[in-house]
Amino acid sequence: MIEAELSRSVQRWCKGATGVTGAAKLSGGASQETWRFDIVHPGGPIGAILRRSPKGYGAAPSRAAGLGAEAQLMQRAFEAGLPSPRVMHVLVPEDDLGTGFIMQRVEGETIARKILRDDEYAAARPQLARQIGGILAGLHRLPKDKLPELRSRGATQEIAEFERDYRSLNWPKPVFELALRWLRDRDPGPSGETTLVHGDFRNGNLIIGADGVRAVLDWELAHLGDPMEDLGWVCVNSWRFGEIDKPVGGFGSREELFAGYEAVGRKVDPARVKFWEVMGTLRWGIMCGGMMQRFREGPDHSMERAMIGRRASETEIDLLRLVAPRGS
Amino acid sequence: MQDEPTPVELTKSVADFLRNDITPLISGHEAFKLRVAINILDLVTRQLTREAGSDAREVERLRALLGMDGSVTELNLVLAERIAKGEVDLATPGLAEHLWATTMDKLAVDQPNYASYKRELGPGG
Repeated sequence: MIEAELSRSVQRWCKGATGVTGAAKLSGGASQETWRFDIVHPGGPIGAILRRSPKGYGAAPSRAAGLGAEAQLMQRAFEAGLPSPRVMHVLVPEDDLGTGFIMQRVEGETIARKILRDDEYAAARPQLARQIGGILAGLHRLPKDKLPELRSRGATQEIAEFERDYRSLNWPKPVFELALRWLRDRDPGPSGETTLVHGDFRNGNLIIGADGVRAVLDWELAHLGDPMEDLGWVCVNSWRFGEIDKPVGGFGSREELFAGYEAVGRKVDPARVKFWEVMGTLRWGIMCGGMMQRFREGPDHSMERAMIGRRASETEIDLLRLVAPRGS
Repeated sequence: MQDEPTPVELTKSVADFLRNDITPLISGHEAFKLRVAINILDLVTRQLTREAGSDAREVERLRALLGMDGSVTELNLVLAERIAKGEVDLATPGLAEHLWATTMDKLAVDQPNYASYKRELGPGG
């Protein structure tokens, strides 16, 4: 069914294309629909990905940058030589595919546990923390005047927003209260410089190959803010997938991350990174609560969503390890 | 008093059936969903086994910490409010120990294989 719309669409903008094959919905994108398909072309099949808004999805609309912005950001990153897919087409009403865009498919792995365990990535793994530092520095250097319109968020606003989200869940959690106080007491205020912030840069949102990072995905939480936010989020324990002594996505050390970042001529503020790691841990915990709420109130009454609700406690132990370590 | 088998035994029998008899028959996304389903049943079994004991210990600690009586839900609400108001913090004797004990009891049900939890349990845990 979707192949009919895609076939008509590609014939309008991809010279020589005669149709599409192999359309399949991919799991993994939490709040937007992602499809893979191949464009049938005399020069050989062209791997492509469709990102579009599913109907009736209510994922924190105030925080989402929107698919139009996501397409522009990916294209800006691609043009700057950063690992990012090339955007091939932004959907228009005649496509009859909803809103979104079509991009080049980058081959590789996104499943964090495979990247951390499989032999295929063994040579890449020790390089990844440093490489991620370099990529983040590149993203933070993208010229702001060429970016789409994005919301602007600093530490103080984020604390207030998370507190509001948490209170709206009506889900009293003493550890979250403690973390909120810790964050308010240590609010670093506005950062010296405001840059593009990816907002969800972590193991799981990167396409990795034997040669390292091939593409940065999922720009939907992009905004303008403190660049240290991305460095803190990539270190949140939930994205280490069991490799808890390697803070950067289970790949390597903060020192490697910082060295890669500073090698490109940007400065790291480790205290701010720690602040954003605590903030990020709380943020994931509150997101787990949001999953629980959506599971209860529908429309997504899935087992997976229900079980993510039960992952809030992992953020509680990680928050305690950060703000009240035992034996301190 | 209800008859037996107990809810724990019943739930466990379903989880074992799915794990041993159905898993080999299923692949792809359904296999992933089956694993989630089995994980849910295992979690329910752990909760049914542990909840009464851990809740009783939590209420004991909360009574001592807050100097009042109530259900585990009521007392958690009061503790959350007092932390929010700054009346109780990490300098309050017993708070850190209470939060750690409560959180460890939750992980024992939710995710006993979570790496931070296993680390905090220590080698003897």
